[in-house]
Amino acid sequence: MSEVIVTKDLTKKYGDFVAVDHLNLIVHKGEVFGLLGPNGAGKTTTILMILGLTEPTSGSIRVLGFDPTRQPLTVKAHVGYLPDQVGFYDELTAYENLIYIAKLNGLPREEADRRIESALQKVNLVEMRDKAVSTFSRGMRQRLGVAEILIKQPQIIIMDEPTQGLDPEGAREFLEIIRTLRAEGITILLSSHLLHQVQAVCDRVGLFHRGKMMLVGTVDELGRKVLGKAFRIYVETPNTTPEIIEALKQVPEAVNVRALNTTTIEVEATSDIRHEVAKTLITAGGQLRGLSMEAQSLDEIYAQYFQEVEHVRA
Amino acid sequence: MSALERAEIQRLREGSPWTGLWAVVAKEMADHLTSARMRILELLILLTAGGTVYVAMQQIRASIGSDRFIYLKLFTLSQDPLPSLIGFLGFLVPLIAIALGFDAVNGEFNRKTLSRILAQPIYRDALLSGKFLAGLFTLALVFSAIWLLIFGMGLIGLGVAPNSEEVGRLLWFLLATIFYGGIWLVLAQMFSVVFRQPATAALAAIATWLFFTVFWNILASLLAQSLRPIQYGFLQEALAQAELELALTRISPNTLYAEIAIALLNPTVRSLGFVLPFQLEGAILGTPLPLHQSVLLIWPHLTGLIAATILLFALAYVLFQRQEIRA
Repeated sequence: MSEVIVTKDLTKKYGDFVAVDHLNLIVHKGEVFGLLGPNGAGKTTTILMILGLTEPTSGSIRVLGFDPTRQPLTVKAHVGYLPDQVGFYDELTAYENLIYIAKLNGLPREEADRRIESALQKVNLVEMRDKAVSTFSRGMRQRLGVAEILIKQPQIIIMDEPTQGLDPEGAREFLEIIRTLRAEGITILLSSHLLHQVQAVCDRVGLFHRGKMMLVGTVDELGRKVLGKAFRIYVETPNTTPEIIEALKQVPEAVNVRALNTTTIEVEATSDIRHEVAKTLITAGGQLRGLSMEAQSLDEIYAQYFQEVEHVRA
Repeated sequence: MSALERAEIQRLREGSPWTGLWAVVAKEMADHLTSARMRILELLILLTAGGTVYVAMQQIRASIGSDRFIYLKLFTLSQDPLPSLIGFLGFLVPLIAIALGFDAVNGEFNRKTLSRILAQPIYRDALLSGKFLAGLFTLALVFSAIWLLIFGMGLIGLGVAPNSEEVGRLLWFLLATIFYGGIWLVLAQMFSVVFRQPATAALAAIATWLFFTVFWNILASLLAQSLRPIQYGFLQEALAQAELELALTRISPNTLYAEIAIALLNPTVRSLGFVLPFQLEGAILGTPLPLHQSVLLIWPHLTGLIAATILLFALAYVLFQRQEIRA
């Protein structure tokens, strides 16, 4: 089975307020899927419905082929959940917190101990095993949260804003953990509004707005859809002239050309056209000193998209 | 999908609601028994039990040999300024029970552990029932320990072993005390579902207790006077009014518990209501009732306490099941 999470016309209403509006989401096995969107866009509600912690108003969900509202125990046994604010019993040690979860999952003691050891190793907390959680930093708590999820050896992990509030080093470590999990074949669904981090780990992203998923795809695809261009090429040449810029504008697939300063020209394009740019520059009599390209950043896509949405609404 | 089909499907729930119950009970009990809160309460109850029983023993020694039920006297005798042990229990039991329950659910919520726990393969039922059972077991454990301690003090201090009648009565009284605690425990837990702040929940539970302790009797008497006024001064009118007042005061768990204590610990008490002189014809006043007769006397009270506990638990359960777990 390649589709592990499927929602059909999933809707959740709180009174008149529509938190999630006819959501159709498909997450494939083994991918890292990012839910993006401003606060209140319905990301957390969607996650809670997938876990069976909130009942949908209408529509259907299948997680690994099970319905979370009717078979919540099976779903929760195979899905790990890291809430946006992960809390532990502060007065208990890391081990005591984990053994409680293991017992709730019905694991026998020896098996639980084995899994706890290996989980703590994976998140690099072995030496903190018998320390009270009250002494943990936010990053350590977050990693302990992952250890807790790993105890039940899940097929899917859902994380709500996993890197929020972490320092850069903590966030980097955490993203590394996500990559390790992905390499083990675990499907990961994460929500975030820290875009460059999403871009760093996600295979596909879905853009949420007012309970609807407006766009889905890889970051490059979204870039093409929203900005009409996904690549930005920087040409370094000592003698920028209007003629060269005109010539570059004639290149097919070049969307926007402008001189950043006297020595750099920026070309935005829908595909990788470095070769054509170089050829055109030289044909137009320019000297090529350097040529570099960067992919579109998710930040820009996001900002541009929501700017447009707000503009249309106004 | 038709409404009927939907209802059919919703009735079928996968797995057992008891999954994980004992894990919750074990964890919660361990928390209760090691918490600083519990230590303070244990110290408090130990002091009062020790103090009142010591005072009672002083009095019993002066009149030893004249009473068949000296162990019961350990609970009921008082000497100014100290009230008797049952007097203390009347407010210590609610205090301990409320202390065990007021942050049961909102505490999890505030520590952000609730969503993490509920994401485990258990139903919400297990969490709430587990917390209630853990509280009730803790109460049972603490009170049983106190009871045994009092027996021990009695053995050493009085040098007389309790007779089976006394042991039986005190065991029934222990059961009543645990369920009296159960009511306040489940009330506090219900408030912990309703209020997000543990302090608010604690205050609400204490306010309820205060209401029943202080104001309910006054209110019951006012209500009885206005609903069954004495217009012509007949005996029936006075009786009707007094009976209504008694019925109203018995809504309060405090009254129920106090009456249970009276009937169980004073074997000579033959009725908890009104007795007219002609009803006492042929009775030998001052002779004790056998245990089973006293138990019959408090049976409605005991079942009332247990029923109220179950009703409040059901209410807390419904509220908790419907609660959104996100902030």
